[in-house]
Amino acid sequence: MDAAQALADLTEISTQIQAALIADEQGAVVASTFADDTSAGEAARSALDLLAAAEDAGGNGAVHLTQVLASTHAGSVFVVRGEERIATAVTGPEPTVGLVFYDLKTCLRLSAERPEKPRRSRKQTKKDEKSVDA
Amino acid sequence: MRRALRWGVVALGSAAGLALWRRSSGKGRERVELYFSDGSMVSYPEGSTEAARLIPLARQVLTTARG
Repeated sequence: MDAAQALADLTEISTQIQAALIADEQGAVVASTFADDTSAGEAARSALDLLAAAEDAGGNGAVHLTQVLASTHAGSVFVVRGEERIATAVTGPEPTVGLVFYDLKTCLRLSAERPEKPRRSRKQTKKDEKSVDA
Repeated sequence: MRRALRWGVVALGSAAGLALWRRSSGKGRERVELYFSDGSMVSYPEGSTEAARLIPLARQVLTTARG
C-alpha cells in the first residue's frame, strides 16, 4: 500500500491521532499528515533524536528498541521503528496506548508492502500467444 | 444544614479518593515508556534522569506537529 494511503487510513480509523508521519531512518519524510513539509521534516528529525536518546538511555545492545511512548501533560508522542522506516504519531493527553501502538504498527507494515502486480489469467496468456503467432 | 454538610463531606472524600487513585496509577503524570524486541518494557516516570532527558525531545515533536 502507498504510505500516504496508509496514513490516511490510520487517521480515519484512530480518532485519537492528531498528526502522523512515516520517515526513513535518515529523517527523510515518506508521507505525513502535517500541514507542510518543513514541519513534517522537523518532527521526523525530532522523533529520530528521541529514538536515539531512548536507545541510549534504555538499550543494552542485546535487544532492539522497537517502540517509544513519551507522555506529557500536553499530549503524547508515539514512535514505532520498522525495518527501514519509522512511524510517529501525536495524540492528546492520556490516549489508549495499546490501541495507538497497534494502529501505528499496522500503518507502518501496510506502507512497507509492495503493491501486487496484476496476475494474467491462463486464458489471457493463451490469447496473447495466439495473437503473436498470427 | 446537616444534609448539605453530609453531601459536602462525601464530595470531598470522593475527590480525595480520585486524586489518590490517579496518583497511585500514574495517570496524569509525565512518563516515557520504551518497548524492546524481546517484549520487555522500561518505564521512566516524571522526575527520573531519563525522563528529564527524553521529555523535552517529545515536546519538540508535539510543538512542531501543532504548529
